[in-house]
Amino acid sequence: MQFRTRAIHVGQEADPSNGAVVPPIHLASTFVLPTANGDDAQYDYARTGSPTRHAFEAVMASLDGGARGLAFASGMAATHCVTMLLKPGDHLVTGTDIYGGSWRLFNNVLAERGISITAVDTTDLAAVENAIRTETRMLWIEPTGNPLLSVTDVAGCAALAQKAGALLVADNTLATPVLCRPLELGADIVMHSATKYIGGHSDLLGGLLVARDQEVGEQLHWMQNATGAVMGPLESFLCCRGVKTLELRVHAQSATALRLAAWLHKQPTVKRVYYPGLDGDPGHTVATKQYHGGFGAMVSFEIDSDVQGAQRFVESTRLFQLAVSLGAVESLIEVPAVMSHGAYAPEARRAVGIKDGLIRLSVGLEEAGDLENDLLQAMDSLSAS
Amino acid sequence: MVEPIPTMPDPSTKKVTASGPSTLSVHAGEARVKPGFSITDPIFAASTYTFPDTQAIVDFLEQGQPREEYGRYGNPGERVVEDKLAALDAGEASVLFASGMAAFVGLLMAHVDAGDDIVFFDECYHRSREFCRRHLTRFGVGFREVRTCDYDAMEAAITPRTKFLISESPTNPQLSVVDIERFAEIGRRNGVLTLIDATLSTPYNVKPLDAGVDFVLHSATKYLGGHNDLLAGAVTGSAELLDPVRNLRGIMGGVNAPHNAYLLERGLKTLALRMERHNANGQAVAEFLAGHPRVERVLYPGLPDHPFHAIAKQTMRGFGGLVTFFLRDADWRQTASVIDAVKIPRIGPSLGGVESLIEQPMVMSYWDYTPEERAGFRIPDNMVRMACGIEDAEDLIADLSAALDVSE
Repeated sequence: MQFRTRAIHVGQEADPSNGAVVPPIHLASTFVLPTANGDDAQYDYARTGSPTRHAFEAVMASLDGGARGLAFASGMAATHCVTMLLKPGDHLVTGTDIYGGSWRLFNNVLAERGISITAVDTTDLAAVENAIRTETRMLWIEPTGNPLLSVTDVAGCAALAQKAGALLVADNTLATPVLCRPLELGADIVMHSATKYIGGHSDLLGGLLVARDQEVGEQLHWMQNATGAVMGPLESFLCCRGVKTLELRVHAQSATALRLAAWLHKQPTVKRVYYPGLDGDPGHTVATKQYHGGFGAMVSFEIDSDVQGAQRFVESTRLFQLAVSLGAVESLIEVPAVMSHGAYAPEARRAVGIKDGLIRLSVGLEEAGDLENDLLQAMDSLSAS
Repeated sequence: MVEPIPTMPDPSTKKVTASGPSTLSVHAGEARVKPGFSITDPIFAASTYTFPDTQAIVDFLEQGQPREEYGRYGNPGERVVEDKLAALDAGEASVLFASGMAAFVGLLMAHVDAGDDIVFFDECYHRSREFCRRHLTRFGVGFREVRTCDYDAMEAAITPRTKFLISESPTNPQLSVVDIERFAEIGRRNGVLTLIDATLSTPYNVKPLDAGVDFVLHSATKYLGGHNDLLAGAVTGSAELLDPVRNLRGIMGGVNAPHNAYLLERGLKTLALRMERHNANGQAVAEFLAGHPRVERVLYPGLPDHPFHAIAKQTMRGFGGLVTFFLRDADWRQTASVIDAVKIPRIGPSLGGVESLIEQPMVMSYWDYTPEERAGFRIPDNMVRMACGIEDAEDLIADLSAALDVSE
């Protein structure tokens, strides 16, 4: 079955007790056991596993093409669980154009617990290779980076990680399994902030890991159960509901983003547009090879203005709402330097290329013409002031 | 003490002025700035609402300030859904109910008096007609029905007592498409209220209020909610005509629960996106079936040989996900064997969700009727109704194709 059909049906088998077309939401924290030693019990305690969470984990394992899915309370809980596979003395190689929260976890939490970190521009495979050492155990990439939307070659990184005996983990939040499936390109683990496109409606927090191989999946499940940051049943239900329209949303939002990026590129007040779907974008070649059906629904751009000008711009849009996060039906706008990537130290932020005047759009489901008009009036109000 | 949530700033400060159907689906009816500055509307589960002191109650009762009082009279999340539905249907107001039938009953109970009568097109939902035929008649309200889309017969059925003309468009499962302007005009000319149940078309495909009817009704359980996981109904029209409906709902009590209303709001955000896909899948499946040797006939307004194709093409943006077809030389068991052989659509009543459903109306909805009665309803034994979801059309077609082969 094709992607969208699986998104609607995997894990959603009609309830055997009454045929309900949508499975029930199992809120139970504990499950009655058939025998004292728990033999034959599918579920015993909800931290270890529960039916509604499993439904979501099953559909995501199918969509990402992996052996095992695991759902967490947030994207950061999922990221943290993966890094718990590392031990003191191990080395982690990460990209520079990555989510600020991951950056903070790696540099402020892991680095203080005996794990060394090297951040490199992962769009440069030679730089990645140079950064790998004998004690490197994990390579962390974002296929589409954030907020600069750089594109990292997943298959290239997979070859390097395999040679080094390290796990390749791809935070695929921005590309989503609709456009890119890193496990099929050789990654070992894919991570998603389910808060974004997977939930898709700005109304839940969630994280997800999918392991390509059963063995890595078992290790991660052991760690998830031991540390406990699992996704709750109501969020799991909302995620299953969101996934059913995932492909439709991502395709529509990506098509609108491409149109807006091309339009922004022509505006005199725009200095630079970052969007891998544009001809001439540094990531375009790899993106064309790696993504199918679109280039994602995030667009970043720099306006010919200082940070105050960028802030005025984002405060004057009417459809684009001023907020961090991304991936939902509502379009959002923000200034990474002071919002989503405020967790970076200022020097580190500038070093990775996040300019003060950078503006990031999360393109929603609104009509493209309505969004274009909104950006146009924001530009007008900027030049009028 | 917990810090109080900031009070709601004036939502008019940054009005959204946009008109695309998908933009409306996402934003219409919602305050630009929401309580707590949340991007999404909070769910107010509260059954009741408090007042700071007695004087505040007196002020509320005397001045009718816009605020909540008790859950049966209104809920903030419910009002958002009502405003969104009103905007999508280009109406002034909308009243949300616990189910489509609750909306239908609520509307009629508010507007019909003993001595009035109601005229239906005869392909309307059998439970709607049953309510009028068996129950409203107990209260002295007359019931008549005429052949669907026979406008002359409808006009001829109008008497000085007639209060309502009622139809669905498209009808279910025959998928007859009403010329809504003509229907509305008959009502206007005779001083009779008109109601179109547009559940199958949704505001994305048709806007009956623009064509001049007084009320549009939806079972929001179907496409509007869209995920087969809630029940709801709504009636939309002018504020003046809906005021008594809202007031009576507060007495009869068929309100939608706050959690449910939120799921409906969430579903509505992808309405335009889903409908585009339901329309495309319905068309693709109908065309496939029309070319299949085991299929005697397909009813789908998007097919050129459909009796109402011309009016459908002229008045609808798309034709929805429901496809009705008849198997060639098949009795009810042979028909059932096709349904039992499909793998993707689940067998069950209802329609409009992301998951495809399939059913045999003769078994699912008309089992208790005699063959003669079923003939009167135009429900033959070899009729199959498929409610296309938003799966890939190729998968649905491959599945149907295999089922038609296997069951042969």
